[in-house]
Order: sequence, then structure tokens, then C-alpha cells
Amino acid sequence: MDVAKPEGFFRERFGVTDGTLERVLGTALERRADWADLYFEFRVNQTASLEEGEVKKATRNVSQGVGVRVVAGARSGYAHSDEVSLERLEIAARTARAIADERTGAVAVPTPARTPAAHDLYALARPPIDTPTDDHVALLARIDAAARAVDPAITNVLAGIGIEHRVVLVATSAGTVVGDVRPLVHVSITCVAERGGVRQQGSYGGGGRVTFDTLLDGRAERFAREAARQAVANLDAAPAPAGTMTVILGPGWPGILLHEAIGHGLEGDFNRKGVSAFSNRIGTRVASELCTVVDDGTIANRRGSLNVDDEGTPTQRTVLIERGVLRGYLQDRLNARLMGMPPTGNGRRESFAYLPMPRMTNTFMLAGEDAPEDILRSVDRGLYARYFGGGQVDITSGKFVFSASEAYLIEGGKIGRPVRGATLIGNGPDVLTRISRVGADLQLDEGIGTCGKDGQSVPVGVGLPTVRIDGLTVGGTQA
Amino acid sequence: MSDTADLREIARGLVARATAAGARAADAVVVESDGLSVGVRLGDVEKLTRARQRRAGLRVFVGESSAIVSTADFSRDALDDLARQACTLARHTAADRFAGLPDPAALASDVPDLDLYDPAVEQLDPEQAIAWARDAEAAALGTSSEITNSEGGELGAEAGQVAYASTAGFVGGYTGSRASLAVVPVATRDGGMQRDSWYTAHRKLAGLEPPAAVGREAARRTLRRLGARRPPTCECPVVFEAETAASLLRHLAGAVSGSALYRRMSFLVDRLGEKIASDAVTVVDDPLRPAGPASRPFDAEGVAQQRRGIVERGVLTSYLLDSYSARRLGLQTTGHASRSVGDAPGAAPTNFFLEPGPHTPEQIIASVRTGIYVTELIGFGVNPVTGDYSRGAAGLWIENGELAYSVEELTIAGNLKDIFRDIEMVGNDLVLRNAVAAPTLKIGRMTVAGT
Repeated sequence: MDVAKPEGFFRERFGVTDGTLERVLGTALERRADWADLYFEFRVNQTASLEEGEVKKATRNVSQGVGVRVVAGARSGYAHSDEVSLERLEIAARTARAIADERTGAVAVPTPARTPAAHDLYALARPPIDTPTDDHVALLARIDAAARAVDPAITNVLAGIGIEHRVVLVATSAGTVVGDVRPLVHVSITCVAERGGVRQQGSYGGGGRVTFDTLLDGRAERFAREAARQAVANLDAAPAPAGTMTVILGPGWPGILLHEAIGHGLEGDFNRKGVSAFSNRIGTRVASELCTVVDDGTIANRRGSLNVDDEGTPTQRTVLIERGVLRGYLQDRLNARLMGMPPTGNGRRESFAYLPMPRMTNTFMLAGEDAPEDILRSVDRGLYARYFGGGQVDITSGKFVFSASEAYLIEGGKIGRPVRGATLIGNGPDVLTRISRVGADLQLDEGIGTCGKDGQSVPVGVGLPTVRIDGLTVGGTQA
Repeated sequence: MSDTADLREIARGLVARATAAGARAADAVVVESDGLSVGVRLGDVEKLTRARQRRAGLRVFVGESSAIVSTADFSRDALDDLARQACTLARHTAADRFAGLPDPAALASDVPDLDLYDPAVEQLDPEQAIAWARDAEAAALGTSSEITNSEGGELGAEAGQVAYASTAGFVGGYTGSRASLAVVPVATRDGGMQRDSWYTAHRKLAGLEPPAAVGREAARRTLRRLGARRPPTCECPVVFEAETAASLLRHLAGAVSGSALYRRMSFLVDRLGEKIASDAVTVVDDPLRPAGPASRPFDAEGVAQQRRGIVERGVLTSYLLDSYSARRLGLQTTGHASRSVGDAPGAAPTNFFLEPGPHTPEQIIASVRTGIYVTELIGFGVNPVTGDYSRGAAGLWIENGELAYSVEELTIAGNLKDIFRDIEMVGNDLVLRNAVAAPTLKIGRMTVAGT
């Protein structure tokens, strides 16, 4: 499959020429609208899953489609179809423009001009979708062996490889045509441990916009050992405490704190509507001086990175919080325009079947100066949370949760007994003001995050150095 | 789109192609849907979306191996190619002696009409949809001066067809529709901002609650959250409002589903026939309920459907099984196969609900001296293997049997094994708006973490 050039790909496969783009955009803009765009997508998803030591399941799904959007003020008209043909495109354009005023528009559609993508973050010699299925099977067998070797208590290993290959093309009424080819691979592993009638689980994984071979240098086995280690550690876990206490978050994936506590609240749509707990707070202090938080879609080969967003805007590094002060929002075109701000390359969508929205890419806190051991030593009693499941936020009240899947009591500045998973809850505009120590050990997560918003899932990344939070509510059972 | 003949023909054709390409057995699912969605915010139209989707999925068994493929391209060449791809992919997977289609004796012998389709949903005029979304939002905004903003009113209408065919000899199809109307108001008081929502959903347009009633209920739910405080960390009774109680039923459904059980990843492993909940708990799964949100004439493997008791007076009487998990457990399929077009079937509930009890929600609240009435849950803090439960919550503090004030930024925690045994009272307010539903429930004791 030669998809190196998205424009050529859609022309050859579906007969989409410059003439098609111009004609359909012209139809879309026949009424009084501000702009229109077309989003073409072709996607292949392949999976292989192992359980009980064998790969018993494999899937391959192909999707394709196009969405036509017409925007007038704050109004969006959208129609999509999984038949990519001129006839369907014209029907979609007429449907989408129903949102606009009946009066004839004055917008002329310029001839489409090819725009090279702003970045080249994941050009791969061999995209992972081209890996033979037997290689998936072989890697899953290695993962299974590595996990079982950790401890005889490991009774089952569920492991899966998911590979995606997505080709997109965005054509706008401003005349730009920009394409992107997006490879993505991930490995996910869940281990079950059983000992003396107690059963527990541990999960881990990773990946990114990388070649399949990237997983073969021991990385996949490391994920497997990590999942197994968590499952075994949890066998001895005591009930978690309940109440407000000092919490230390380990580096990497616990950055989900930033995603839930502040990231969603800084998305442009919520702020334009004034329904976010962060609305109208740019320039005000929302975190301690130790905190600088960015969203960066331009890191090579990361799961959350994109050359251009799903509206054709180049991705960028956006400073959200600088030394504690709120600096910026995450924008798509619609909300940026309505707020009089520049778009930030955060207009994303799950597929052609959805309108784009402001979404995060890779969201993380910059490293501080403290040694992680010193941060731990500074706490007499508290909770050390090392790994998390999912999280969620109510952006209006600002209350957020994220659930620890591996956590320990801190006793006299040392990591003590493991405790069972517990949800941590806090208030977004307040929690970062309680950060009193930031480690020098920034880590990005391994490449496993998926963010859900309004029914749409997109791959994202997070990152965090070790941090100390003075007062976060831990939702255990021991009051 | 009430006739499924075209989709049935595509499904049958895919199965025939699979056999020709070397499959020992195969089954195919073909779906098609058309949808309209409109959004109104502060009285203005914000979005209008038209969706048209179709997909075909094929599962093949080559020897004792299997694979699943799917496509949105229904051209003859693409379907030929799909069948060949599936058989090639299956040759890479390991033999699994449990793999295969259900026993032909379990297949549906007819396709009962369950009243799932309303042409009025499919033919809904966008102007009418906008008017309803606008009326619902306006009713919310007009309720109180403290309702200061809105995330909008949204109306969705979707109609679609499903067809299934397999080499076991079953071919069938059915048509369904669904409409929904939701409002999300925002309220402010003393600088604090809260949102909540309400919605109505039904297979028939005439089954929707009146727009103004939806808006007023959304406003009532939002206003009662204002002035929220944090509760003290304590142990106390917890009353789950019906909407949040349904989430406990979803955890139960997950714990009694086939794949969780044969993988021993459920807190209810090996508990069939045992007491797992209090006497007040009876849970039913009923796929044949007329016009039910998850009703269907056959499951995703063509298996006949029946109403089934899952928990009877606290005793676990049935699992939810598809044919694969049933063979793994040495049992018969219960007709709970569910699948997305591009994935293998798994067991999932249909219309799965906890039978209503004798108490009004007011009586249940009145029975609590101090405790929490939970109206919203957030987060994913449930461990299905151990039953450990810890979720973020918001709601109202109960003082001397009355709702006293709003509370937020708290967690409720326990273990699902104890939570189901500790259901002390069951409400009489069951509404089957979604596939999984429950009335108001009172749990005797859980841990609340706050200040």
C-alpha cells in the first residue's frame, strides 16, 4: 500500500482530484458561510491478542470516509459518509450548508494549493502496519514468557498488539490542501496473579508512532515484567486510607493529573462558552511557582503527536501554565476565531464521522530541581502513587479524579506497605497551588493514553516529574 | 429502511465467499445507519450533523483457528477480498478447540417483531428537531435567574438495520430506531459554578418526554448542586439515585459475563447458585421487552432470546454467556453474544435491570440519619478482579432523614462483594431509559473520604 503522498492516495483510490475539491467546497459555500472544509480519511486497524499463552484472535478492519463541514459564526453544519464519491460529496456539502443563512455568500473558493505538513515527526522506513502477522505472534509469545518468569503467582497473561495506519487529507475553503500519514502501534498487557485465594491484576503497556522493531529491543518484555510486578505487588496490598493527606506522584504516567485537573479545563470550547472552572483566568495564578505545564504536539514519534491537526493546522508547543500563571488555551479553528485568538493545532477528531474539537496532544510539566529521593524523604506520613488507571473531570465545578492502580504508604520518608487501588479527588484550579516540590526526573508516559471527550477517543500523551502535593483526598476504605 | 433484505443478502454472500475461500465455518454481521443530530446553545443553532454509515464484518474458522475482518466498502471486489483476507489471517492464529459457531439447536427459529422501529424517527425534520432542542433548553434557562449559562440542548435521531448470516444456517435481520433529547444547564451562585443534565431517550419519537419537562428537570438537578460543601471523612449509609444505581448494575453485568469468568478476572468467579446480594435484590435480563432500549430478536450469533433471571432474591442464578465463553465454562450459551462489526463476539447484557422494590425514594432518604445521596459518579476506580470500589462522587448530604445541602469533591469506597450484600432498601422508581437500569438503592455502609 503506497500511501506516502495522501493527495495521490485519495486521487488514485477514490478519484478525488483538485477539481473535485474545488467543486465540492464551492457547493458548500453557496450560502453565507465563513468557511468550509473537507476531511478525507482512510484507516486500517490490525490487532492480535494472546491469552493462555497463545494468539487465538486476530482482526483487521478497514474504514474510509469523508466529512464536509460548513461554518457560519458559531454554527457548524456537518455531513459525513463512508462512500467517497463525487455524488456523495455533493449531497454532503448541500446538507452541511443548511446551517448557513439562505443569502448567497460572497466567498470565492481559491484553487487548491498543496501545503506541505509543517513537521515530519513520524516518517518511518517501514510503518508498523506492514509487519507480518507472524511477527506479532512471536512478540506476544515473548511478552507472555517475560511476564510469567517474574513470579510463579502469575496465572494468566492477556496481551494485545494494536496497529493503526491512518491517511488523512484536509482541504479548506482558504485553498489549503494538507495531508498526513499517521502510523501508530501499541502493546497492552494485563497480568493476573493468584496466591492463597487472593487474586489481583496489573496492567502496563506502551507504544507510539514508531516502527514495530522499536518494540523488539527489550521494550515489550520490560512492559510485561512491569505488568506482572504490579499484579504481584498488589497481592500483599492493605486497604487504602481515606481522607486528605500529602501525596507524592511518581514520574511519567501519573501526569494524567495534569490532563484531568487542568488540561480539559483549558480547552477552547469550554472557555469560549464560559463553562470551565478556568474561564476568564488567563494571567492569574493557578499553580505554585514551581509549575510550568505545556502541551506539545511536536515531539517526534510520540503517541500524542501530529504533524498537523485534523483541520490542517500545524501542531505546536503551547505553554498552558508558566511558573504558576495561566498563559494559554488549547484551540481549534472555530473557537480560536470566536475568541480572537490564534489556533494552536489542537483541533482533533476521532474519525471522519465526527466534528473536530479542541483536544490535548502531549501534556506535561517541565522538570524541577529536586532529587526524587529528597522529595520522598520530606514526607513523614502520606501516600506514594506510582501508577494509575483512568481519570475524569467535571470541567464546570473543576472537580477531577484519577485512580491509582499501584500505591504505597509513606512512613518516615520511606516507601512502606503497598495499599489497594484508590481514587484520588481534587479541585483543578486549586490542586497545582499545593505542589510544594517538583523533581528533576521528568518522564513522558510509555505511549498508552487514550482521551475520551463527548464520545470521541483520541490518542494522547502525558508526562510528569516526581511531585509532592500538600493535601489531596485519597478515597480508600480506612476512615 | 424497514426491509433488511439487501443487508441479509450481503451477509449471506460474505459467508458463501468465506466458505469458497477455505473456511470451515463463518458468520457475518452487516449494519447500516442514518442519523441526525442538532445542537442549540443559548437559543441559537450550534450544530447540525447528518451521518450515514455502513459496515460489514466477517468471522471465519479455518480448522480450529479464527480471524475477524471488516470493511465499509461493499463493492463485489472488496467483499471477495475481505473473505480471502480473513482466511489468510486465520492461518496465523493458534488452534482453539473451543472456537466455533453456536450449536444449531440454540439458533432463533423465527424473528419476532419487538416494535423496535419508528419511521417518524428516521423522517424527523431538522427544523422540528431544532425546535425541540430549543424548547428544552429555554425551559431550563427560564427556571431560575441562577441558571446563567448552558452547554446547550441536543436532539439525536438515528435509525438503522442489522443483518446476520452464518454457515450454521441462520439468516436474519431487524430494523431499529432511537431518539434522544438532552439539556446541560450551568448555574452560578457566589462565584461557584455547577452543571448537571437531564435527558430522555426512546425508540419512538412519541416516547420522548416533553422538551419543557426535560429542561425543567435538568435545571432542578443543576440548581440543587449549588453551594456545595465537602463532607467529613466518615463511614455512613449511601443512597444511590436511580441513575447512579445503574452503574452498580453495570459492574454486576461485567462480573457475571463469560469472558471475565473463564479468565478468572471477576470478583464473582465460582459463585453461581450462591448468595451474592441481599434478599432485596432480584436482577433480570429481558431481550424481548417490546420497544426496549436493548431489545433484539436474536443475539450476535443468531441465538434465540429469552427473559432470564440473573439474581433471584440475592442468589446468583445465571451468567451472561456467548457460545465461546459457554464452551469454556462447560455451559450452554445464554444468548448474550454482542459484537461490534470488526471484533469477536463477547457476552454483554441486553435490557438488564434490578426489579423495583416497595419504597419511594423519599422513604429511603427518610430512613437515613446521616449519610449521602449520590447523584453523580466520576472516574474508573473499580477493580473487576477484586471488587475494590473507589469512585469520585457528588450529591446531597442527608441529615435526620432530609436532604440538607449539596456535597462535592468526595469519594465513596468499599468492595462490590459487600456493597451488593449490603443493599438494604430498593426503590419503586425503575425507568428503563437505557439498557442497564436500577431504581434508587440504599447501601447500609460505605467509606466516604472528604475533609
